[in-house]
Amino acid sequence: MLKKIILATIFCAPLLAQANTEIALDHVQTNVEDKLSLQRGARTFVNYCVGCHSASFMRYSRLEDIGLTEKQIVENLMVTGEKPVETMTATMRPADAKVAFGVAPPDLSLIARSRGADWLYTYLRTFYRDPARPTGWNNTTFPSVAMPHALSDLQGEQVLKEEPAKEAAGEAGAEHHGAAHAEKHLVLDKPGKLSPKEYDALVKDLVNYTVYMGEPAQTKRKITGIYVLFFLFGLTILAYFLKKEFWKDIH
Amino acid sequence: MSAKLQQLLGWIDDRFPLTATWKQHLSEYYAPKNFNFWYFFGSLALLVLVLQIATGVFLTMHYKPDASLNAAGVSVAFASVEYIMRDVDWGWLIRYLHSTGASMFFVVVYLHMYRGLIYGSYRKPRELIWIFGCFIYVALMAEAFMGYLLPWGQMSFWGAQVIINLFDAIPYIGPDVSTWIRGDFVISGATLNRFFAFHVIAVPLVLLGLVVMHLVALHEVGSNNPDGIEIKKHKDPVTHIPLDGIPFHPYYTVKDILGVCVFLIVFAVILFFSPEGGGYFLEANNFIPADPFKTPEHIAPLWYFTAFYSILRAVPPFFNSQFPGVIAMGLAIVVMFLLPWLDRSPVKSIRYRGTLYKWMLALFVVAFIVLSYLGTQSVSETKTWLARIFSGIYFAFFILMPWYTRADKTKPVPERVTAC
Amino acid sequence: MSNNEINRTRRNLILATATVGGAGVVAAAWPFVASMMPSALAKGLGAPIEVDISKLESGAKLTVAWRGKPVWIISRTKDMLQRLDKHDDRLSDPKSEVSSQQPDYCKNATRSIKPEYMVAVGICTHLGCSPSDKLKPDSDNETGPNWDGGFYCPCHGSRFDLATRVYKGSPAPTNLVVPPHKYLTDTMLRIGDDGKGA
Repeated sequence: MLKKIILATIFCAPLLAQANTEIALDHVQTNVEDKLSLQRGARTFVNYCVGCHSASFMRYSRLEDIGLTEKQIVENLMVTGEKPVETMTATMRPADAKVAFGVAPPDLSLIARSRGADWLYTYLRTFYRDPARPTGWNNTTFPSVAMPHALSDLQGEQVLKEEPAKEAAGEAGAEHHGAAHAEKHLVLDKPGKLSPKEYDALVKDLVNYTVYMGEPAQTKRKITGIYVLFFLFGLTILAYFLKKEFWKDIH
Repeated sequence: MSAKLQQLLGWIDDRFPLTATWKQHLSEYYAPKNFNFWYFFGSLALLVLVLQIATGVFLTMHYKPDASLNAAGVSVAFASVEYIMRDVDWGWLIRYLHSTGASMFFVVVYLHMYRGLIYGSYRKPRELIWIFGCFIYVALMAEAFMGYLLPWGQMSFWGAQVIINLFDAIPYIGPDVSTWIRGDFVISGATLNRFFAFHVIAVPLVLLGLVVMHLVALHEVGSNNPDGIEIKKHKDPVTHIPLDGIPFHPYYTVKDILGVCVFLIVFAVILFFSPEGGGYFLEANNFIPADPFKTPEHIAPLWYFTAFYSILRAVPPFFNSQFPGVIAMGLAIVVMFLLPWLDRSPVKSIRYRGTLYKWMLALFVVAFIVLSYLGTQSVSETKTWLARIFSGIYFAFFILMPWYTRADKTKPVPERVTAC
Repeated sequence: MSNNEINRTRRNLILATATVGGAGVVAAAWPFVASMMPSALAKGLGAPIEVDISKLESGAKLTVAWRGKPVWIISRTKDMLQRLDKHDDRLSDPKSEVSSQQPDYCKNATRSIKPEYMVAVGICTHLGCSPSDKLKPDSDNETGPNWDGGFYCPCHGSRFDLATRVYKGSPAPTNLVVPPHKYLTDTMLRIGDDGKGA
């Protein structure tokens, strides 16, 4: 029977070959147990993102998870006199932001779970100058995005160059899968405060932080899982011998 | 047992059939001794049901079915789920138990139904058990559909919008029916609240009632087995116990405990290490709060519905109406109810059936899996044609069954059960 | 194996599996029970608060919210303080012997850290209504005769003095609760935290 199912599947398989047309993303290895990385990411987040974006499910006090004391949180990460139990609210009012950018900046609490770490890592490194856009910025990962390049003073400014040859010239991220014309590359036109390597590291920490922020309980989840599995394996062994013992009657 | 305990039991038994029920349904309910792997899934389904109810109760302590926006501009419902995930002690565990449990419920139920298919458990005299089971399946789908609206994410909202809009396709009364279901012109807080009421109390009560009837019907005729033969045909002349029967307790209670332990290991691996299930158990888009003005690029129902979704999309519109697709989708479920009467084979179990049936079943299984996969993907010319072909195979399994089960060459069925 | 040995093996296995399984059930039930404890939000909202009392006039009362309850800060005049020890015989617990109602550092004649400021949770210890102000020593129908100033609970008639001690004859059994608190400065009060592991 099983053989027939397998054969039937193989018979049908060629019909199912489909190609995926999506933007290629750079992979980032996140590690939410690296507390120092999370702290650096939190700092970048509060300094550069909370101006316009809320993280309305993230309590400041929860940051004690990543190795900060309440005092450190209040002194370094809280700028507008809220209480530690409160959540990260954008400095700019949503209504004003909507007028300024045409769309309200989305809440970032769960952005790592909906977009994914790889997407965020690529997105934050593929902004380029585009005079045709209202903000003057565009992004190859998210074409016609309403957001300006908030980290431009750190990365510097990239432009989208058309390269007739196939050689990789650009520094940052994704190649634009355009039509069958010449390949487009992102090239660093004006350097920022950080070198490309330093910028990549900063974005990696920031993305790491967003992954943590999306699910603060994830480390506890995995640790609990290990304990639970150990217990279940033990219980299963006992249950197995119990079953065998009783079924001696039958066999 | 101590004397005092015996006395207490006697007192109860004089007033309530406790020992009698224990004997009738457990210690003296004789089940075939050759139950195999496929026979674990009934008790596992019961386990998952209990789990969903228990976790559901605790989630309801903190969840708020309110679509209005809070001070931060996020719906109260969505925010309450994140509150459970972050602020309630162990809330993340209870939530993941419930979401993993929902998907595992369908894994278990599909495997349970497959067992019914291969061993002919729906055949006379067990047609009613099968019918109750089909009703349980439909109720389960309703329960899952309504439960999925509650987090009020993008998928929740738009999935519900699309599916309820299907009712629009009913001729004449369609739009009114949709509005009546929604309580509004679009999916709104009114819909959320009533789905909450249904999901939390109405449908669970119906499910529990149906499960009880399902088990009562089963115990009335006795369980089937992998050989498809009736063990009651050969009883011990003195005790009247079926020769191939063994008391459910302790033999199957102890075996099911082992089954539960193994199941829990699988469950725990998913829950603790991949609760999103690769994006199939908890969809990425559902981490975005519902936005009535922005449809996500890619709406798909949860994986356990996608086969029927494929069938729906495969049918082209007739006379500008999508209604035929809706009918086809409904028929795909209704046709299951008819199984006991479509199967004209003289044998019950696949072990004694011929090659024709085995090929049809293999194709059906592949079709169901392929349709499920296609339902998660966006449409394209090729995929629509594939969906049509496999929908055809799906229906052919049922519609042609009276013919191929009669024409098939079967093997002789033994009198007594063989090994597992 | 003989029958007895089999039975012993069986019984031991059952016992072992049941014990381990039982432990598992308890461990599994624990998160559910724990989830009913106050959540991080409730705990956060229940966190200590800081109150600036520099603008509190002498003889006046300020009410703040802490853990969803009204907390009174009464600025007692010299006159009010003088009247505190004039009616010990009419009080149920004049020496604040019931230790659950106040921290050790407030088990004194004025039930406070600084005599001029009375800090108390403004909820009647009878059934939870919030008593009304009767701060002036003017007797009326509600206060009864020889009133030294204090509070009157409109629900069932309990009376309290200006150290929120309960009068005899009141339905309320105990003095009002004094919450843990400390002075960060002369005019900054922190309620809910006294640095003593409150």
